[in-house]
Amino acid sequence: MLDFLQHLDRRWIFLLMFIAVAVPLIMGTTFPEVPSDQVMAVFEAVDNLPDGSNVVMALDYDPASQGELQPMASAFTRHCAIKKHNIYFMTLWPQGISMIQNSIGILQDEYPETYKGKYGTKYVNLGFRAGNEGVIKLVVEDLKKSYSTDIHGTNLDNIPLTKNLKNIQQVDLLCNVSAGYPGSQEWVLYGSSPFDIPTVVGCTGVQAPIMLPYIPDQLTGMLAAIKGAAEYEQAIINAYPELESNPNAKEGLVRMGPQLVAHLLLISLILLGNVIYIWERKQGLHQ
Amino acid sequence: MQYQTFKSALSCLLLTVVAVSGNSMIQAAEPPAPPIDFLAEDVPGDAGTAIDLSWTLSPDDQPDLKPRKVLRYVIYRKEADNQESKYENIGEPTYQVNTFRDSNCKTGTPYLYQIEAVGQEGLTSAPVVIKEPVIASLQWFNQQREWFAVFVVLICGSVIFFIRLARSGKELKVRKIAGLEAINDAVGRATEMGRSCLFVPGIQDINDIQTVAGITVLAQVAETTADYRATLEVPTSRSLVMTTARDTVEAAYLAAGRPDEYNEDDIYYITDEQFGYVASVTGKMVRDKPAACFYMGAFYAESLILAETGNSVGAIQVAGTAMPTQLPFFVAACDFTLIGEEFFAASAYLSGEPQQLGSLKGQDFGKLIGGLLLIAGCIIMTLSSIQTQGATPENQKPTYLQSASNYIIQNILGKGGFK
Amino acid sequence: MKRTVPLFISAITGFVLIGTAFIPKFVDWGNDAMAWFNLLAAFAFILGGGNLLKMQLQKISAQQPGWGYAAVTLIAFFVTLFVGLVKVGVHPNVKFPEFAWSGDYLQEDGAFWWLFEYIFTPLSATMFALLAFYISSAAFRAFRAKNTEATILLIIAVIILLGRTYASVWLTGWLPDEFILGDSGIKYSDFNLQNLSEVIMENFTTAGMRAIKIGIALGVASTSLKVLLGVDRSYLGSDQEV
Repeated sequence: MLDFLQHLDRRWIFLLMFIAVAVPLIMGTTFPEVPSDQVMAVFEAVDNLPDGSNVVMALDYDPASQGELQPMASAFTRHCAIKKHNIYFMTLWPQGISMIQNSIGILQDEYPETYKGKYGTKYVNLGFRAGNEGVIKLVVEDLKKSYSTDIHGTNLDNIPLTKNLKNIQQVDLLCNVSAGYPGSQEWVLYGSSPFDIPTVVGCTGVQAPIMLPYIPDQLTGMLAAIKGAAEYEQAIINAYPELESNPNAKEGLVRMGPQLVAHLLLISLILLGNVIYIWERKQGLHQ
Repeated sequence: MQYQTFKSALSCLLLTVVAVSGNSMIQAAEPPAPPIDFLAEDVPGDAGTAIDLSWTLSPDDQPDLKPRKVLRYVIYRKEADNQESKYENIGEPTYQVNTFRDSNCKTGTPYLYQIEAVGQEGLTSAPVVIKEPVIASLQWFNQQREWFAVFVVLICGSVIFFIRLARSGKELKVRKIAGLEAINDAVGRATEMGRSCLFVPGIQDINDIQTVAGITVLAQVAETTADYRATLEVPTSRSLVMTTARDTVEAAYLAAGRPDEYNEDDIYYITDEQFGYVASVTGKMVRDKPAACFYMGAFYAESLILAETGNSVGAIQVAGTAMPTQLPFFVAACDFTLIGEEFFAASAYLSGEPQQLGSLKGQDFGKLIGGLLLIAGCIIMTLSSIQTQGATPENQKPTYLQSASNYIIQNILGKGGFK
Repeated sequence: MKRTVPLFISAITGFVLIGTAFIPKFVDWGNDAMAWFNLLAAFAFILGGGNLLKMQLQKISAQQPGWGYAAVTLIAFFVTLFVGLVKVGVHPNVKFPEFAWSGDYLQEDGAFWWLFEYIFTPLSATMFALLAFYISSAAFRAFRAKNTEATILLIIAVIILLGRTYASVWLTGWLPDEFILGDSGIKYSDFNLQNLSEVIMENFTTAGMRAIKIGIALGVASTSLKVLLGVDRSYLGSDQEV
């Protein structure tokens, strides 16, 4: 047995991981989440704004990281929609345009009374601009230097939401969902920090340690990975129970099931690896 | 810590106030009271294009009022010495905001500003105008960055000093870096096995200093492969990296005396798309089974995919990156990993040139300065916070330590400059 | 000569740009330099793309092993390029209905959008998802308690893995919300796995990250200086011709 384990083919581990992720996902197992203080800080930043406030939604991610980040982008969108906020979408990633379309889809399908046919008055899609942090530096000082038109080529001076918007400093909240560079760190360094723009971010698990030092001064709060998204979804459901019946509002919560089983599998694998290691050492293979 | 506790207590208090007064309604709409103490001043340390405005919130702008009496402020500007100039709307900050930066000023032009609070139904308060015109003036040196300039000079100066010292013949000792020692062995093994070596210079373009560091390591690896007559493949994800890598490898083969063995086609471009690149490189690894894989540059999520695939084909792997998020993956899956600064030290170490080694000493000196400042800062801040704990509110005069800690926060770390 | 001129240009540009960080009037020069670089990199794609085509064509014509992949690459390249350039299936912009090509190339329901949505997106997500499989095999192989440091790393890994899931509630959720020793300020519940993982992330990880970052920043400064001063010229190639 130990001999089999010692030379275990990686494909067995891959199969186990596949089962660990697929079974809970298919069964749709969810667990109650208790939102942490950090997540509640994000929730309150969106929720404490009066209805109809202006929120910039900067979605800097691509299809590859959609699995990890879409739940939080959707949750941000839903929360802003419940609060009837005016939303300005933008992205620094060329592939982010499709991510914005996903969020706009939520606004139109789930909140048609507030957003259907209200392009320009309740939400606007600024689209993608090349230039990474250079774009951030421009939009915080003078939006129209970087974006003269929206994604459809309409002049920003002809759109009610952007007509009087000089720069991003004027908005009430900046929500950023990011998968790397350019993303959360650049928004903090060039946007929120020098100009005190209230900012919340959602980022991948590996980015979280980099963003932690900015909380709470430069960043109001952060959602880290699926865990953060799930807690945020729970916080929204707790405050607005009507979402309980919307399966789309539980994307993150549903993914915590696979995460739990996958983490338990990882721990078992680590322990198994160590059992083999100790056995090998006893056999004198590591001298 | 104490500050944070205070801050969270304050926000709790505010939240309670908001919750308690949530149901209070105000009477019929009436214009809000105007903001007070409207001030304007030139932004220090800029190119003379911005003026900072600040005001005390309108007494009607209360966080706990629902519906709000003040919805936003409107700021107007006009040129003071131009008779024909009229007040123009330059921005509309929302309620509870009491600062605004006008960054579209002409240098040397005096401006007058006016502010109004806007309430329900578009009712506006009486306008408030600043007393005297303000001029945005140009500064040639950004005094806010004086301390930053000192550190730049100190650290760059020490690097240059040690490079000169090394050039003058002074011997400098550098500790062994295991990962770099392994490069020769890895290439040797690849030659014995008749398999190729694979070098991945990260997925960023040549403007990223990590890619430059990766390319300098490539120069040394290429010299070794030329010596051993091993095949070296360099797939790149950026066109400019491909051309740079070609020049570098060509030069290395020339230096090793084997220019005829250099094959331009071994260094090729795949795609800028992150995962498309990874799919191609890992596919190649599985088919060709290289005996040695080097990952040197800026990496993101692909680090583990590359390193695990390399591991599965039994390659010796050496990685080097300054991406803190990817280091754990490389450490777990590779035989040797150059962590952060080790990676930047690699080219100096491999070249063995005394002047390059000098730059490492300069780097160490920078670390020494950083370490000393950290310790001094920690001691001063800790002691001053202990002093503050004991102080009574009447005893307002800051102690020596407290002024030192304020100076660190505001002038050295902040924007105060030498003042 | 081949190395001296580029070296001269890079030194001048580099030092001038360092200087502009302190001169407000010229602070935008850095952004301009970046824009120039983006232009250069965009044109350089002609080199890269040309090289890609050359390599794939060579593979196909020589019928090298795996030449089928090369064919797939070429077909995918040209189909995407054609669909994007010609804007197949894109409706004209409502404001300019008379111009057939006035629509956005990424317009929903267009052919390019279809390729992006149904081919590019699932392929990218698949590659990213591979990480779950690789992390499990790496954990199995690499996380071994070889010495004291490795053992500490292992214990912390287990705490974080458990702390980020509902398992932390199962295992340690029962810890009461009471002070341990009278007024000590420490509660039993502070030791539940979720709190422990947050403490580890916020204190130890952050401190370690900062130390690594300081080292990296110094490394970046010294490497950049070496490049600007011409001490390290290996990236420039050779002065001689092969």
